[in-house]
Amino acid sequence: MEAGNRASTTVKTRYDRAITVFSPDGHLFQVEYALEAVRKGNAVVGVRGVDTIVLAIEKKSTPKLQDSRSERKIVNLDDHIALASAGLKADARVLINRARIECQSHKLTIEDPVTVEYITRYIAGLQQKYTQSGGVRPFGLSTLIIGFDPHTATPSLYQTDPSGTFSAWKANATGRNSNSIREFLEKNYKETSGQETVKLAIRALLEVVESGGKNIEVAVMTKETGLRQLEEAEIDAVVAEIEAEKAAAEAAKKAPSTKET
Amino acid sequence: MESVFGLVGKDFAIVAADTSAVHSILVHKTNEDKIMVLDSHKLMGASGETGDRVQFTEYIQKNVALYQFRNGIPLTTAAAANFTRGELATALRKNPYMVNIILGGYDKDVGPSLYFLDYIASLHKVDKAAFGYGSYFALAMMDRHYRQDMTVEEAIELVDKCILEIRTRLVVAPPNFVIKIVDKDGARIHAWRESIKDSHVPAA
Repeated sequence: MEAGNRASTTVKTRYDRAITVFSPDGHLFQVEYALEAVRKGNAVVGVRGVDTIVLAIEKKSTPKLQDSRSERKIVNLDDHIALASAGLKADARVLINRARIECQSHKLTIEDPVTVEYITRYIAGLQQKYTQSGGVRPFGLSTLIIGFDPHTATPSLYQTDPSGTFSAWKANATGRNSNSIREFLEKNYKETSGQETVKLAIRALLEVVESGGKNIEVAVMTKETGLRQLEEAEIDAVVAEIEAEKAAAEAAKKAPSTKET
Repeated sequence: MESVFGLVGKDFAIVAADTSAVHSILVHKTNEDKIMVLDSHKLMGASGETGDRVQFTEYIQKNVALYQFRNGIPLTTAAAANFTRGELATALRKNPYMVNIILGGYDKDVGPSLYFLDYIASLHKVDKAAFGYGSYFALAMMDRHYRQDMTVEEAIELVDKCILEIRTRLVVAPPNFVIKIVDKDGARIHAWRESIKDSHVPAA
């Protein structure tokens, strides 16, 4: 436990020269390769509603003997902030740990919880530092960070990537097939609240993931209740709703005898 | 001079502390809360150097919260007490924290517990404890009247006896006290005992 007490040591050795260096045409190949690692990671979707923010993440099939509960993909950074990532999970653990310490450290010195933007900036800053330091490689993950700023009811959704850039989003996806998901979101996004936000997030994820509660992990955050992980049964229920709506839409397309406005 | 004391009941623990903030001969305020709620089921009553008291208890509180986020479950009361003692011990031979602590907590499997930590990093698990000049009177009263498995009403009666004794017999007795309780439903303020109220004077 080290909140408020951080010592850093640097040892100058032959392995201190930079790994991430510019190519002749201005690329940072290590960063781009890190983005490749992200593209291979599981799909993550984040949707921001009026009063609700939802993170949904693809659950790759767990080996039969593995205790699936030990692997939580959507984690709390603080009571009011949560994070999901796509890419190297071990790198994610390191970043999440540092972010959790920073959340408490901020509360200790500033007497106020972090804003979502502050902690996003911190994580992005950390990711950037590892693209400009000797002897280290970039973090191989992109994060989606959700939360409510203290003393307000405004929800936020941010994304960071291995280069260390970050920005705020109404809805976004990262990881496998994120382009298709983002296209879907661009076409179908509208301001939603409560359960509608959950449905939109799951619908987006189902574009690329096999449907079913055991393939998706969903967490919902509201100002009052904080982060809540949905049970498999709840997810199945929403998925069933979505399938029913899809089927009804298909049927309506096939029988256009009644004109609908 | 600050008084903090505590005791363990049937399925709860109580920590009481005076609420005066004093600098030499000046009383800054009479409603200073010296019992920090460490997490949902832990109370940390602290007395000593004011700066150290606030700094150290807040530091412990944030580290207890960090543990919970990292590990998904809260620290037990015993673990929190041992962590706190470890921090006191580490700082002792360099830059000691001049803080005395009474840590009360409730764990589902163990029930209520009370820990005595002094500024030179002693740690004792106890049924009753007290710090400060008030301890002379509080400990005496508790030694005489304390029994195992008291109910909340009986325990509060005993706490009130201690407060009365402190008010009567201590020359610079603190006028106000706060009593906090922790049980299976969590840690919370139980009552204030005020003999002086900071009256709200409207601006001229």
